[in-house]
Amino acid sequence: MGIDVVSRPPADVPQGDAVASEARDDHALAAARDDAWPGASAEKRFLRYGMMPHMLCPGCGHGIVLDAMLRALARRYETLDDVAFVAGIGCSSRVVGYVDACTLHTTHGRPLTFATGLKLARPDLEVVVVTGDGDGLSIGGNHLIHAARRNIDLTCVLFNNEIYGMTGGQLAPTTIPGAYTSTSPKGNHEQPFDAARLVEAAGATFVARAQSFRTRDFEEIFLRALEHEGFSFVEVMTDCTEYFGRTNRLGNGADLLFSQARADVAIEADLAGRPTLQEVPARPVRPVMEMGVIHESRRQTLEEAMGLVEARS
Amino acid sequence: MSERQLIQGNEACARAALAAGCTFFGGYPISPSSEIAELLARELPARGGVFIQMEDELASMGAVLGASLGGRRAMTATSGPGFTLMQEHLGYASLAEIPCVVVDVMRGGPSTGLPTSPAQGDVMQARWGSHGDRATVAVAPGDVQEVYTLTIEAFRLAETLRTPVAVLYDEVIGHMREGVVLHEPTSEELGRRSGPRGPFSPDFLPYEPDEKGVARVPDFGRGYRFHVTGLMHDERGYPTSDHTKVEQLLARLERKVDAAVDAVAPELYRLEDAKIVVVAYGIVARTARAAVDALRAEGVPAGLLRTRLLWPIPAAALTDVIGRADLVVVAEMNRGQWAFEVERLAGRHVQLAPYLRAGGSVITAEELVGHVLRVSTKGARV
Ligand SMILES: Cc1ncc(C[n+]2csc(CCOP(=O)(O)OP(=O)(O)O)c2C)c(N)n1
Ligand code: SF4
Ligand SMILES: [Mg+2]
Repeated sequence: MGIDVVSRPPADVPQGDAVASEARDDHALAAARDDAWPGASAEKRFLRYGMMPHMLCPGCGHGIVLDAMLRALARRYETLDDVAFVAGIGCSSRVVGYVDACTLHTTHGRPLTFATGLKLARPDLEVVVVTGDGDGLSIGGNHLIHAARRNIDLTCVLFNNEIYGMTGGQLAPTTIPGAYTSTSPKGNHEQPFDAARLVEAAGATFVARAQSFRTRDFEEIFLRALEHEGFSFVEVMTDCTEYFGRTNRLGNGADLLFSQARADVAIEADLAGRPTLQEVPARPVRPVMEMGVIHESRRQTLEEAMGLVEARS
Repeated sequence: MSERQLIQGNEACARAALAAGCTFFGGYPISPSSEIAELLARELPARGGVFIQMEDELASMGAVLGASLGGRRAMTATSGPGFTLMQEHLGYASLAEIPCVVVDVMRGGPSTGLPTSPAQGDVMQARWGSHGDRATVAVAPGDVQEVYTLTIEAFRLAETLRTPVAVLYDEVIGHMREGVVLHEPTSEELGRRSGPRGPFSPDFLPYEPDEKGVARVPDFGRGYRFHVTGLMHDERGYPTSDHTKVEQLLARLERKVDAAVDAVAPELYRLEDAKIVVVAYGIVARTARAAVDALRAEGVPAGLLRTRLLWPIPAAALTDVIGRADLVVVAEMNRGQWAFEVERLAGRHVQLAPYLRAGGSVITAEELVGHVLRVSTKGARV
């Protein structure tokens, strides 16, 4: 199972600039396409302005992830009339409200169950599930492995900030060992889940991990996840600046983004000059994780097996 | 299909769902309701519908609500322990106004309780099982024929009022076989889901109520882009904590279900001159009817109010009948769940002597006659 890392920028280009310049091109393209609202980029057109101002804290990674999702959707869809977003409860799950689509903000941990019913009722709709690490792996963990097992054609994005953001920074099943949270005042004693590997083992046919730090990579991965027929799971590492960052003294939003970079196997070399977190033993250490597409295969989807859609080879 | 057929209560329920246009079932096996799922697992796919066995009852209700938003008439069936797990999503469906039907074939509780014995212990769970102040609709068929007609009616109420509707009956009715006429419902008996007034526009209001106080939520994927949430919301469907708006929303949700009271009237049996009123529902109403006949044969002026609707409580019919009575006997197979409600409605002039049973056996007519004679001779006014 090789790690397929997509669209890695060249090592000698400063990361931030590379992302920004590529993104700007995309904005220009999208704006050119958009005659309904001249000057607005495609992903901005997909925002639901009536819901603003949004509730995310300054520096929170969730908005970065949403932005990349909208960019990918703008490359695939002219309108979001036939795209449904289904989310649970959490800061991450709240982001679906800011998308001008059919959006369903369900209960804590259960978005995949609603999405399963919706998809089987309307297999023609694109159904995207947004969940958090608490939502998808703790209270909703059972639904996650069953959705993967069924290989239902949903795209599930799990925003992993290694903490419960919405409720004030409590321990999550993804919190790294030693990390401080409001319910692990002496540091976390538990082992975290490897969400991607868990879902792969449960039978998902597209599994990837990405970062809010490398939004272009995430955008490509999310687009591939949308295109994939079957259960697609993308775990995206993101940061809760307000709780995880502050409680563990990891710095501001930008510092947290760089700490993601240090935990990325594929780009370790790029950042050789920077101190790694391992050199600061007093702080929790973000583990080195594989990024990119971790698993991709084809097997009959649930809808195909049920005869709700024609088998697509 | 109008000739009489000998079928089981649970089969009548599944047949009614098919006749009512149900095309989605999501459920989790549990006695004594599983026959409903088993029949629909065979019949739904054959008719272009969807059957899915979910991983638990939380998931079953979630799938039902997702399918309903996708435009399906959707249902699940369960028993007490499963009904408990469904409560969170029943609350969600009430607030977000998503139609669905939930059949609860009641068994003895609490906990795993008596898996294959009858009970009526989920009456209050149907009312208050989910947190918060929630308006609920629950029907209670009294025989296999009525399982058929009230399941069809449950779908009509769910769709037209955009709310979850519970069908509550006990294990005996679920497993009992009786001759039933499976009539095809008319379009009026089927009802229609309320929907948006006009085409999509940026100022479209999915939660603007229609003249009956029901939200105009469209199905997903029909050209309307909108937000559905379990948070308190305004008419746009956007979260709000505006106290006035929240009060108004809760009041509207409570008011709209009153339509069920007129739709599902109680059966009034030998009540014209009755001074002793037996109040019962479900399987107990059958033995209560026999008890009333036996009492009448003895010259005791007894009658039966058999409710077919548990929630909202048919208050007007009850107060009218109770107002003319000297003794009211609520007979039910629990520790007094509906009896307390009747007590709230009864004036001080009336003697209340509920007959309650929660051990897993059906109340017999003889017991009930004995009970009425005992309390009515003790109480001076009969
Ligand atoms: C049944 C239930 N239990 C608990 C909660 C409280 N709650 C809301 S969000 C949340 C955790 C969310 O964490 P996560 O999914 O990681 O989202 P984040 O806020 O970190 O993005 C909890 C425990 C709830 N809303 N419902
Ligand atoms: S609490 Fe954390 S996860 Fe939630 S919005 Fe703030 S920074 Fe983001
Ligand atoms: Mg989280």
